Amino acid sequence: MSNEKGWGMRAFDWFEERLPIVSFIDHSVGSKYPAPNNLNYFWNFGSLAGFMLVVLMMTGIVLAMSYTPHVDHAFESVERIMRDVNSGWLIRYLHANGGSFFFIVVLIHIFRGMYYGSYKAPREVLWWLGIVIYLLMMATAFMGYVLPWGQMSFWGATVITNLFSAVPIVGDEIVTLLWGGFSVDNPTLNRFFALHYLLPFAIVGVVVLHIWALHIPGSNNPMGIEVTANDKIPFHPYYTSKDVFGLGVFLLFYFTVVFWFPNAMGHPDNYIPANPLQTPAHIVPEWYFLPFYAILRSIDDKLTGVILMFGSILILFVVPWLDTSRVRSANFRPIFKVLFWIFLLDCFVLGWCGSQLPEGLPLILTRVGTFWYFFHFLVLLPVVGWIETPRPLPSSISTPVIASPAE
Amino acid sequence: MRTVLFAAFAVILLNELPADVKAASEGVELDHQEWTFDGPFGGFDRQQLQRGFQVYREVCSSCHGLDYIAFRNLEAIGYSEDQTKVLASEYLIEDCCDDQGDIFDRPAIPADGIPNPYPNEQFARASNNGSLPPDLSLITKARANGPDYIYNLILAYEDPPADMEEEIMFGMYYNTVFDGNQIAMAQQLFDELIEYSDGTVATNEQMAKDVTAFLHWAAEPKLEVRKQTGVRVLLFTLVFTVLAYFLKRRIWAGLKH
Repeated sequence: MSNEKGWGMRAFDWFEERLPIVSFIDHSVGSKYPAPNNLNYFWNFGSLAGFMLVVLMMTGIVLAMSYTPHVDHAFESVERIMRDVNSGWLIRYLHANGGSFFFIVVLIHIFRGMYYGSYKAPREVLWWLGIVIYLLMMATAFMGYVLPWGQMSFWGATVITNLFSAVPIVGDEIVTLLWGGFSVDNPTLNRFFALHYLLPFAIVGVVVLHIWALHIPGSNNPMGIEVTANDKIPFHPYYTSKDVFGLGVFLLFYFTVVFWFPNAMGHPDNYIPANPLQTPAHIVPEWYFLPFYAILRSIDDKLTGVILMFGSILILFVVPWLDTSRVRSANFRPIFKVLFWIFLLDCFVLGWCGSQLPEGLPLILTRVGTFWYFFHFLVLLPVVGWIETPRPLPSSISTPVIASPAE
Repeated sequence: MRTVLFAAFAVILLNELPADVKAASEGVELDHQEWTFDGPFGGFDRQQLQRGFQVYREVCSSCHGLDYIAFRNLEAIGYSEDQTKVLASEYLIEDCCDDQGDIFDRPAIPADGIPNPYPNEQFARASNNGSLPPDLSLITKARANGPDYIYNLILAYEDPPADMEEEIMFGMYYNTVFDGNQIAMAQQLFDELIEYSDGTVATNEQMAKDVTAFLHWAAEPKLEVRKQTGVRVLLFTLVFTVLAYFLKRRIWAGLKH
């Protein structure tokens, strides 16, 4: 039969025998990856996150060609990109807003995982790798925001790096190491630039592991049940076509912001060059840090605040064991479903609190919100898993349960 | 499910978009102006930008720099290349170095930046009672609700209320918009202070509006090309998305459910 193949196919086979990279990709995100046939649009956000990572890296590399990581030139070089570099304004607005949209997409991806119990066995390591990506993203985004060397860049960097001084005994040494000196200055900017360029490649590495870990058990699905081979369809062309459509919808939102509201997610103060002698009236981080900023300020003691803030993310690592229910999807868990939406609301409340001065009503809400955040994970998740009676699970995707438990 | 997805997006966007509106609530109510650059298709009015430049040049530029604008950039507001050459040549700038290695003065050329009124920050502060007049290149982006804020601020001079008169410090002026109500800049605009070359009557409001529009151009010179590009990009994406939707439907139609 092989002599009936055209020369192109033969060349392809020759290459495949030596490096089977095409079939590797086909097995990863192509026709050889069987996915559940009932994935809804919330399953689009994984590939969207991958897309945004690529957009950010490509625009970032181009920006780095015209950016100068020096305290005397950084702000001006960004303005030169905006004014004198061909389409520089477009590249920078795509990059700056791209960071925000990357977070929007990844946060929806994370909440999707929480709602449908995607972190439960056998996907714990997949979930861990996701949290590692999220942490790396936050570090990268924070350092990226410092690069334009505006007022918020400088003072944000000062506030956040100073957090590490709360670490007992070695705190000050850590801060000196982060700064590369004794204040936020040129060495800080230089190392942040180097790391901001490096970390995305580290993220790519963890993304590869994340996809690898995904392929061991395969995708979870809205019913959260094990999927039989009958109820699976190849990722390509079914989910590739669905992802492309989802990408189009996503781009409509992304481009609307980039072309009409490019500064809406930034802070006006970052168009003022950094001035170490003048503190802005109100230092606020980027929106995606606001809930954590609120948790940090929920308590007067610095070390406790820092522990709570890092704890609020690190706690995600043990969520697979804190959640004692074996039923994955919230669709079959009446109590958990309500708690999920309350938790989401709590995150929005904390986000709003983070943008306010910590006094009066915002401070009260911050404390209630912080309490609820940890209460949700540490108490409600385990207890609800024990006391809740889940709705009966269908035996497979194609045979839904018709009888209700009351009958 | 699609509706939920859209709703989620909408909620997030709505939550983020009013970022620049937020700060306005912290201070006084700003009197919103109709700007030619508002809206999805809004752009600049070249006549207005030129009048605004005239206000900047004859009033603001005695204290405020415009560091990121070069004379050549003024072609974008409707001046010809020759006009920018003439304009530039009216300024003398310091250059280094002549054949003897000395610093010398020469007329500016279009590639030169608009000269800053002060050689350095200390000089600027010494000349202004300790205050530093900010560079205006990015001023409308560096303040919440920038254009409305600047417009309102430069018109917001009035006599201080009786209970505040005592508090006004030496060399400071009462301003209802500025944070703290004391500003180091005295009122600069007075009716018919300048004579517009296009014959427009230079009322306070007219000058304030023109110079603000000019400063917004200086802060966001690519605003027009940005919106024009956006319209084309969005139309393309819309068609792409609709096609992708039908492609997806067609592929999924073969599945038995």
